[in-house]
Amino acid sequence: MNNFNHYYDSETIRQVISVIVINEHNALSRIVGLFSARGYNIDSLTVAPITGSEYSRMTIVTTGDKRVIDQIVKQLNKLIPVLKVNEHKNVIEKETVLIKIPINQPISDVEVIARAYNGHIQNVTDDAIVISATDEPHRIANFTNIMNNRFNPLEIVKSGVVAMER
Amino acid sequence: MKMTGAKMVIESLNEERVDTVFGYPGGAIMNVYDEIYKQNHFEHILNRHEQASIHAAEGYARSTGKVGVAIVTSGPGFTNAVTGLATAYMDSIPLVVISGQVPTTIIGTDGFQEIDAVGISRPCTKHNYLVNKIEDLPRIMKEAFHIARTGRPGPVHIDIPKDITAQVGNFEYPKEVNLPTYKPTVNYNKRQLKKAMIAISKSKKPLLYVGGGAILANCGHEIREFAKKTNIPVVETLMARGIMGHDNPLLMGMLGMHGEFAANMAAYETDLLISLGARFDDRVTGRLDEFASKAKVIHVDVDPASIEKLVKANYPIVGDLKVTVEGMLESLKDIEFNDFSNWVALLKEYREKEPLRYIDSNTVIKPQWPIERVGEILGNKAIISTDVGQHQMWTAQFYPFSFPRQFITSGGLGTMGFGLPAAIGVAKGNPDKVSINFSGDGSILMNIQELMTCVQSNLPVINIILNNNYLGMVRQWQTMFYENRLSETDLSIQPDFKMLVESFGGLGYRVTTKEEFDAALKDAVEKKRPAMIEVIVERNEEVLPMVPNGHALNEMTLIGDIDE
Ligand SMILES: Cc1ncc(C[n+]2csc(CCOP(=O)(O)OP(=O)(O)O)c2C)c(N)n1
Repeated sequence: MNNFNHYYDSETIRQVISVIVINEHNALSRIVGLFSARGYNIDSLTVAPITGSEYSRMTIVTTGDKRVIDQIVKQLNKLIPVLKVNEHKNVIEKETVLIKIPINQPISDVEVIARAYNGHIQNVTDDAIVISATDEPHRIANFTNIMNNRFNPLEIVKSGVVAMER
Repeated sequence: MKMTGAKMVIESLNEERVDTVFGYPGGAIMNVYDEIYKQNHFEHILNRHEQASIHAAEGYARSTGKVGVAIVTSGPGFTNAVTGLATAYMDSIPLVVISGQVPTTIIGTDGFQEIDAVGISRPCTKHNYLVNKIEDLPRIMKEAFHIARTGRPGPVHIDIPKDITAQVGNFEYPKEVNLPTYKPTVNYNKRQLKKAMIAISKSKKPLLYVGGGAILANCGHEIREFAKKTNIPVVETLMARGIMGHDNPLLMGMLGMHGEFAANMAAYETDLLISLGARFDDRVTGRLDEFASKAKVIHVDVDPASIEKLVKANYPIVGDLKVTVEGMLESLKDIEFNDFSNWVALLKEYREKEPLRYIDSNTVIKPQWPIERVGEILGNKAIISTDVGQHQMWTAQFYPFSFPRQFITSGGLGTMGFGLPAAIGVAKGNPDKVSINFSGDGSILMNIQELMTCVQSNLPVINIILNNNYLGMVRQWQTMFYENRLSETDLSIQPDFKMLVESFGGLGYRVTTKEEFDAALKDAVEKKRPAMIEVIVERNEEVLPMVPNGHALNEMTLIGDIDE
């Protein structure tokens, strides 16, 4: 018998975690500090207050083997201001991207591609147009790649992932 | 009642029945110190360095089981305290540490003696607070004590800006803590415990692996009972010394890097490791993938994050250790166990074949000898603290500990400079015992100024310096693993320790023979004054047995491997 194989063979997994935490000035730093102190990854992090309560929800996307993910959840639960930690299994994930493209690019192509990713033109000035898209994170990644390769964007801003159990 | 924030601090400490506070004043905390001057609820011990205030509070907490309290000022006062906080955090010691902060109006402007104290203390406390509003102060004080002492205990830090301690507000100390997000598990899962008990009943070579959590949970009695009723052998970690009592026939010694042969072999051969409040520290397990590799694991801990952090647990049980071991005792009536006497006999054979020992000498005092000698003379009349190094390991090995909280040492962080201030806390909290600190000639200089605290506060701490004129433990590694290149570990040039302690107003002794040692110890104990006995010991003694870093527990260097 070996007590450790369990951990050594396990592969890296991507995990969406949501953390319900009391709104207090230190809460975010406690959570981020936990990740950095223990060497865990944060792929993306979004935070906003939960309407009508004294809590905020953080959605964290992280990667690690099973042992690491277990530890992340347990260590988060240990923090005093943390009410609840959800390791999402079956979730709807969404991410938003804003992309600014110089006006001299073929605008109609931009629009066609954007529409394929539920995207829209948000704003047009003399110099640039801004498009937005909200979709599943892997599709947003594709969309961003395409736009990046074809239209020389001036700026790309991603929101990070938000998630909800189905 | 209306009062200032400073007065609220004092009143809260009174509500918590704090009788001793360690600390050091300064600008940002002066309002609180002014109230300390006026009150007579508790005694304040003035240390000579904030690190020592925290260690003293730790020594007090570790030896009495109560929450230790320390107060420091902002900026450098607080940063000096950080090593203490980290030491307490690693060993899960309940403390409440209060620091002054610059006024709220100045926070963020790089004001004089401003530092982001809560930012610094976050990774080395169980929880921390910056008090923004005076209304929050009583609640925060109440929560701090609650959080420090419940669940897996730990240090809690409260940072209070100076204007908050000056403001007047309404003081009403909360009767209860209302923390919906903090509910540590006390009661174990009954089904899980049952499964674990069945596993024990099927086992042929079970082993109780007891850690510092057993001391924190005050369950020495229950563990001794359980071992006795089941005839299961026990190994203790460094932090659990004293749980079984040195003469308990089921104790197979301390395990780990400098553990006993029998204890390490027990961990190697067991088929069921029953971990009680231990955390599989690398200094204990040696090479992790070979630690207890023939065994299934029952893992009991109050902290869910400790379970499966390093080792897969076949039977994880989250709960207060005392409550859980009581449950294990209770369930004994329904379960029948194998007869473990052959297993116990085998381990005893190992103990006899390879006992802890050292080769004594007629010409020079071996460092283990004074430790054994104090054990013979004072035994359970003393509480023993140590610094960090070879002397610490020898104390863990050779002192006959007979009750929990008798051995006070920095395990997780391994903080040199811990011993003397911790012994101050021990002396303050246990006036009926003799407070002995075993230290090295390196470690003692890290907080030597605390001799002044001992003298001023009349605390009869006896420091026994095992002087090998080396940073001995590092020298040992250099000898064994760096081809004897003694890089910066030679301490041939040292102060005259006798004169040093005398200049502080304490008793000094320098001894080179066993007779001189006995006489000095007797004199120091009788005179009940702060003392330092410098013992000139063999320079090149090694701590043995030793499991070299990265090796498995059964790959030990034994004493016979060296002297032949
Ligand atoms: C604050 C701190 N600095 C450095 C170390 C590393 N260290 C561990 S043991 C040791 C030597 C201790 O020497 P001494 O106090 O003379 O005790 P001895 O080993 O000789 O008994 C050192 C430097 C430490 N544990 N703590």
